[in-house]
Formats: sequence, C-alpha cells, structure tokens
Amino acid sequence: MTGGNVVGANAVSARATGVQAPAITISNVSMTFAGREPSQSVHALDDISLDIRKGEFVCLLGPSGCGKSTLLSIIGGMLQQTVGTVSVNGTPVSSPRPDDIAYVFQESTLFPWYTVLENFRLALKFRGIEEANWRDRAMQSLSAVGMEQFANHYPKQLSVGMKQRINLARGLCVGSEVLLLDEPFAALDEQTRMVLGEDLSILLARRGKTIVFVTHSLAEAVFLADRIVVMTARPGKIKASILVPEPHPRSPDFMLTDAFQNIRKELYGLLRDEIRQTVAAMRLARDAQA
Amino acid sequence: MIAQDKLVIRTIQFGMLAAMFGAWYIVTRSGGTLKLFLPAPELVWREMGVLVRSGQLWSALYVTVVSIIKAYAIAAIVGIAVGFAVARSRTLVHLFEPVLSGMFAVPLTMFFPLFVLFFGIGPDSKVAYGATYAFFPIALNTIAAFSNVDDLYLRASRAMGASGWQQFRYVYMPAALPVTLTGLRIGFFICIASVLGGETLAATAGVGRATALAAELMETAKLYAWISFVVCMSVMLNLLALAVETRSERE
Repeated sequence: MTGGNVVGANAVSARATGVQAPAITISNVSMTFAGREPSQSVHALDDISLDIRKGEFVCLLGPSGCGKSTLLSIIGGMLQQTVGTVSVNGTPVSSPRPDDIAYVFQESTLFPWYTVLENFRLALKFRGIEEANWRDRAMQSLSAVGMEQFANHYPKQLSVGMKQRINLARGLCVGSEVLLLDEPFAALDEQTRMVLGEDLSILLARRGKTIVFVTHSLAEAVFLADRIVVMTARPGKIKASILVPEPHPRSPDFMLTDAFQNIRKELYGLLRDEIRQTVAAMRLARDAQA
Repeated sequence: MIAQDKLVIRTIQFGMLAAMFGAWYIVTRSGGTLKLFLPAPELVWREMGVLVRSGQLWSALYVTVVSIIKAYAIAAIVGIAVGFAVARSRTLVHLFEPVLSGMFAVPLTMFFPLFVLFFGIGPDSKVAYGATYAFFPIALNTIAAFSNVDDLYLRASRAMGASGWQQFRYVYMPAALPVTLTGLRIGFFICIASVLGGETLAATAGVGRATALAAELMETAKLYAWISFVVCMSVMLNLLALAVETRSERE
C-alpha cells in the first residue's frame, strides 16, 4: 500500500503507544439513547476500543450520524456511556474534567455578553486559575492565533471565522493536556478552514497536546491527523485506523503530494460503502414514515 | 445618525408640537360652545400656575408618586422572584406560564372595585391594583428570559468547569437580562397607568383623583392643567426609563 497503513485498530494502538501510558483509553464503549418507547431507542456506538497516546492528533471520521460526536462527548464527560470505560490520564471520566480536558464546540461558544478578553478570563476563572495570571495567559493565546488586537471586541463584532479562531484559542488557553474538537471548522468556508487547519498544525507542533478531532471532511482529516479512525454507519464501530506519517507543522504543500492524495483516496474507498448504507437507512426510515 | 439629521428630526418634531398648540389657540379664538370643552391655552397655563402655587399639585403628586413606587417595587420583586422560581423546571413552566398569560389577558380593570373593597378607598387599593397588574408582564418575561437560555452556553460553561453559582452569575443572568429588562419596562408603564386609572375611578387623593374631580365639576381649565401635568410626568419617567435601559445595555 502506498499511502497510509490500514491495520486493525488494536494493532495500531499497541504499536503507537509503545511503553508510554496512553493519554486516552477507550475500552468496549457502547452507547444507547433510550427513546420514549423501546422501539425508539437509538444504538449509537457499538463496542468501541481505542488508545490515544500523549501528543497524538486523532481524527474521528465517519458518515453523519455515526456517533463520532457522541464518542467525543463521552470522552469529555459530557455524556455517560451505557457500557464500557473511558480513562483520561489514567482516571475514569464520569463528568467534565476541565483540568485535563478542554472542549471546543462546532459553533462558537464565546458568550456574546462579554468581550473576547472577558471570555478568556471567565474560562480561566471557571478552571480555577489564579487571577494574577489571567491577562497574560489570555493575551498569549490570542496572539498565538493572531487575534490580540480584537481582545476588547464583542463576539458580534467579529466574523464567523474570527470567532471560531478565538474559540479555539480559548480552548488552548486553559492549558488542558487533552483537547477535544467537535467539527470546529464545520461552519467556516473552505479558505478559512485551510488557514485555521494550518494554524492548528503549527500550534500542535509547538505545544504537543493530545487532540481528538471530529470531522467529516476527508482532506481536513488527512491534513491534520497523525491517525485517522474511520467509523462505520450507525451503530458506530471502528472500521479502520490509518496512519499519516507526516511530521507537524504541515504546510499546505503537503496537500499536493501523492502521499496525501493516496490516503485521501483510501479513506474515500473506506467511507463510500458507509455513506451508501447511511443514505439507504435514511430512505428506509422516510418510506416507513410515509 | 449624523448630528445634522438629528437636528432636522428634532426641528420637525418641535414644529409639529408648535403647530398643535397653534391650532389649539386658533380654534379657541373662533368662540362658540367649544370654549367650555376646550379652554384657551393661556387659561390652562394660568390654572397650572395656580395649582403649583397653592401646593395642590405637590400634595397630589406626592400621593400618586409614592403609590407608583410602592406598587412597582412590589411588582418587580415578586414578579422576578416568581418568574425565576418557575423557570427552574420545565414542568413548572408548562404549569404556570399559560395560567399567568391567561390571567394577564383578562382586563383587570373589572376587578378594581374588588381592590377597593379589600384595601379601602385610600392609596393602598391603588398600590395593590398597580402591583397586581404590573406583576404579570414582569413575571412572564422573567420566565421567558430564564427558560430560553441557549443550551450551547450551558454545555460550554459546564465543559469549562463552571460551578452552579458561576453558571448562574456569568451565564444565566447576563443571558436573561435583556428580556427581563423588557418585562420591567412594560411593567413600569402598566404600573403608572394602573395607579392613575385607579385614582380616577375611586380615590380620596392623588393626581388621578384631582383630574377626575375637575371633570366632574366641569372646571375644564383645571382639568386640562392636570392632564398637562400627567403628560409632563410621563415624559420625564419615560426619559428616566430610557436612561436606565441604555446604562444597563452598556454594561
């Protein structure tokens, strides 16, 4: 195989972790959302096991509705799984743990009633960080994404791209080791996405955080990830794990290489069947309703 | 808006006001029985002077303003407390919101005689009536404000590790403030209208009572003088409410 290496998920995690303890351990996690009646319950995740080592950038990729965001919420302690365990830094997760885990949502969650700087200060206050350090840390993170001149703006004065950039910086400034990103660039246009992706790759190379990133963009996954975990249609299972052996920071030129294109093609092949299956299931549900 | 545009608009507004007074003056010159119903502006002006100098204005205004303040304080405190308590749970919102908005739709004016029956003809009945009427918009807006806080912000603050109190102080309160303030403003004007209206119906003192009495005795110059005072008072209170609102918006 020319591009990445398709291997069983467990084989990869065993090799990737080596001797170091993994930052995130997901073992045999299943999730079922109870409906009003038993027939309405949704089986979202099925027996997911995955180890993510410290400093690794993992992308969860899959057709829409496959439970990748659900898995991210479970890792972040925002949702409680039905079966299995999730540990971050060796401790099982049962509720949000801002000391270890920062969570960045799909839409900007900057509070509109505070300025950018106040938003950062609040995040640090919630985290329980001493007031003396607030300003420095906030300004540092803002300048890391090139937004320091907007510190005293209100979110509504900024474009969607700027807001999401700042949202990302807020996730970084609290200094958590693990960063969970739920399609953070989904609402952005293609060009802004690319610029932000590059920013993220640079930041990652500099800070060595452990990142789990949910996306349904193939190019984004290949460009950013050290490892791409492909999920099946609902109920979500791990279909394949693909390594992207390219050091960070990555430049946009990486997208023009054969290696990039080959991994992308491979991912497309893996996803095509799953997407077909999802579409077929949606048609079936629609017909059943009609 | 550009300063010049603002000046033009102000000029037109004052022009309309002047035209109204001019028309009033010309109509009263034309004579006829109209004089009885519409006294000349200078007669009204003279009567206003008499009411100020004799101290009648101040004693009536004192009764009315104190009633309004008492009624509004009760409505605001009880309205916000009840609204917030109800908004705590979905079930309570489903239970109380339709009841409260249903009651607000009933013209409470019809119940005014009951207030007089229970609280007497003195200022207390006007306070109770004004407080009751103003309570509804304040409580309803507070419910709407606190039960519609975007879930995204609650989830985000929880993920960032906010405690229950921090979530209330930094997310719920600022998110709910604008709609709550709207309720407080609506309640404020309903409170003024209710107290004054109540005074015209049954009272022993106050601006509303004085106005109604002047009408009953066909002292039309005096009647118009009292109405003019009410208009001035409303304009000033409106400016006050606007100032409070712009200040809280800036914060």
